[in-house]
Amino acid sequence: MLLNIKNLTVAIEGKEIIKGLNLQVNKGEVHAIMGPNGTGKSTLAAAITGREGYEVTEGEIWYKDQNIIEMDADERANLGIFLSFQYPVEIPGVSMTNFMRTAINAQREYRGLPPMPAGEFLKLMEEKKKLVDIHSKLTNRSVNEGFSGGEKKKNEIFQMALLEPTLAILDETDSGLDIDALRTVAKGVNELRSEENAFVVITHYQRLLEYIVPDFVHVMYDGKIVKSGSKNLALELEEKGYEWLKEHSLA
Amino acid sequence: MSDQTNNNILDEVTKGEYKFGFYTDIENDLAPRGLTEDTIRFISAKKEEPEWMLEFRLKAFRHWQTLEEPEWAHLHHPPIDFQDIIYFASPKKKPQLNSLDEVDPELLETFDKLGISLDEQKRLSGVAVDAVIDSVSVKTTFQDTLAKHGIIFCSFSEAVKNHPELVKKYMGTVVPYTDNYYAALNSAVFSDGSFCYIPKGVRSPLELSTYFRINAANTGQFERTLIVAEEGGYVSYMEGCTAPMRDENQLHAAIVEIIAMDDAEVKYSTVQNWYPGDKQGKGGVYNFVTKRGLCKGNRSKISWTQVETGSSITWKYPSCVLMGDNSIGEFYSVAVTNNYQQADTGTKMIHLGKNTRSTIISKGISAGRSNNSYRGLVKIMPGAVNSRNFSQCDSLLLGDQCGAHTFPYIDTRNQSSIVEHEATTSKISEDQLFYCNQRGIDTEKAIGLIVNGYAKEVLNKLPMEFAVEAQKLLSITLEGSVG
Ligand SMILES: Nc1ncnc2c1ncn2[C@@H]1O[C@H](COP(=O)(O)OP(=O)(O)O)[C@@H](O)[C@H]1O
Ligand SMILES: [Mg+2]
Repeated sequence: MLLNIKNLTVAIEGKEIIKGLNLQVNKGEVHAIMGPNGTGKSTLAAAITGREGYEVTEGEIWYKDQNIIEMDADERANLGIFLSFQYPVEIPGVSMTNFMRTAINAQREYRGLPPMPAGEFLKLMEEKKKLVDIHSKLTNRSVNEGFSGGEKKKNEIFQMALLEPTLAILDETDSGLDIDALRTVAKGVNELRSEENAFVVITHYQRLLEYIVPDFVHVMYDGKIVKSGSKNLALELEEKGYEWLKEHSLA
Repeated sequence: MSDQTNNNILDEVTKGEYKFGFYTDIENDLAPRGLTEDTIRFISAKKEEPEWMLEFRLKAFRHWQTLEEPEWAHLHHPPIDFQDIIYFASPKKKPQLNSLDEVDPELLETFDKLGISLDEQKRLSGVAVDAVIDSVSVKTTFQDTLAKHGIIFCSFSEAVKNHPELVKKYMGTVVPYTDNYYAALNSAVFSDGSFCYIPKGVRSPLELSTYFRINAANTGQFERTLIVAEEGGYVSYMEGCTAPMRDENQLHAAIVEIIAMDDAEVKYSTVQNWYPGDKQGKGGVYNFVTKRGLCKGNRSKISWTQVETGSSITWKYPSCVLMGDNSIGEFYSVAVTNNYQQADTGTKMIHLGKNTRSTIISKGISAGRSNNSYRGLVKIMPGAVNSRNFSQCDSLLLGDQCGAHTFPYIDTRNQSSIVEHEATTSKISEDQLFYCNQRGIDTEKAIGLIVNGYAKEVLNKLPMEFAVEAQKLLSITLEGSVG
């Protein structure tokens, strides 16, 4: 098993947001997590990736046979966990090229590899740019600076393609995307899918799931997974609305 | 959350050490400790100076004795005992200037350690270097190449001997010894420095560079640099400096004068990395420097670019006097302070000529318990019609125990000129740090990356040879500081 979350409780500033959550992800699988706003989906992503201030008060997060809850965020990233941010930040003055080169070489160093030669790196950039259909004028800019909402999301997938993570969490990568951009993002994910990696796709709408077909769909409500099923669950949820869930979770 | 998080990061990230803190055991010729007229006569005699030079020194000394140390800067330090300083130290084995083989091998090794190549074989770098250790210039490279273009690039002492008419004509015309306390002191006791003369219509084919090193204990360093660019001349000049780690404070009081005639351009870049003191604020160099450029000719241009990472105290305002019509002054600065460092730095742009323009970009970065002040004056005189200034002063705070201050003074005396001033203060956001961490970049590297991005506008102004060194320095200076 790649990711095994057991009875996880997460608090922000003492307030419990995730309330006893279980999730199991195997290599080769795509899991979708759906649920209304404010339910704790991004909080879950932050807890898995080790963001400070998100306190695990109970439970365990197992990744590749180790409990990672004490591990720093950068080490988790170096172990192959990637987050496509719901709100990517801007880093003025730091070019995308410099940023990604620093990231790739940090990850290589962690694995005991020498820095990637400049030529090889540039070739890799070109290749992945094509994959996500991202323009050079964006990659020559500072990280996310002056990017539109859609471009920021594409840029997240571009970074994912460069880093080739084992576990990728996509936090509402589809929101704010037009249909073409959505297709491009989905294409990027589908081309990276393999028997060796897994995806957790957080989304509001089942629309994305027409393009990235999940093996499992989980519905989150008030800090817990209240229902799991096949991809049909997404359709059912969209049809009946989140009100239907409320009844479910109270039941 | 973010305050808590920032503090944690502050505690977590550990020690950054000064990488240039070694000391080289070189036999020295020292002046007796303290400062009297005899000291000045001693220095002048050691340097075999002509009478007029000694007279200049003595006048400056007598003036200095009437002055009080300035206290207006946003700086705090115990009183400096000017009688407890050695004002002159020179390596005993007097190196020959025409052959590298005759330079003390210990000295060469010192410069090797600093990554400064004095070896003329290594022409690839294309940089001519004047190396000044303690009080004496030990080696100037590429002199022959430069001489072919009529460019004079030598130590100040040599210039006094070989080009007295030029030195007499220009020395003290931009920074007179009456200018301020430290300028008077420097004029009395200055030991060496660099002299550079670009004749009419010549663009220097090489970057010129001076490398200063304080080595001996209890000595002050008082160097003096004079750059003259005649009509249509161009030169890009770089200055670097380091010092050993010592517990006591060392005094550095320098003067740099630049003169640009019609259509001449001088770019002066500094990477200042004197020893900043230890984490408790013990030791470090007191850096009191007067740098000023005179845009004497029409359409002349002087630009100062500085990266200030060292010194326990920095007091420094590289300035431009825009005398020629349509002349241009620029000041680009990154000043980083960490631990207990204090910096009070900025510029003065004095507009005298018509249509003169000046640009000021200042990036202050403070960490630890340091204090970082920008102090600037933009003065537009009545005759400077249609002049323009744009100033931008940004401060970045790392942690919550450091201080950033901005003191912009604006004095406009005509109606047709425009002065714009923008200022911002920001912190490294926890969001940015996490974003980097999530890509596998550790917090220390992330801070280096973000800070270099923040300072990019200024770093881009540095010559290539310096830019890489400066970027590394920024990261190193902030190691172990941050949140
Ligand atoms: N940094 C934070 N500080 C305080 N409360 C937060 C923070 N982040 C999220 N929350 C709260 O946690 C709850 C879950 O938020 P989030 O995980 O962003 O939900 P979702 O991603 O499902 O929309 C919300 O009530 C939100 O207000
Ligand atoms: Mg969310």
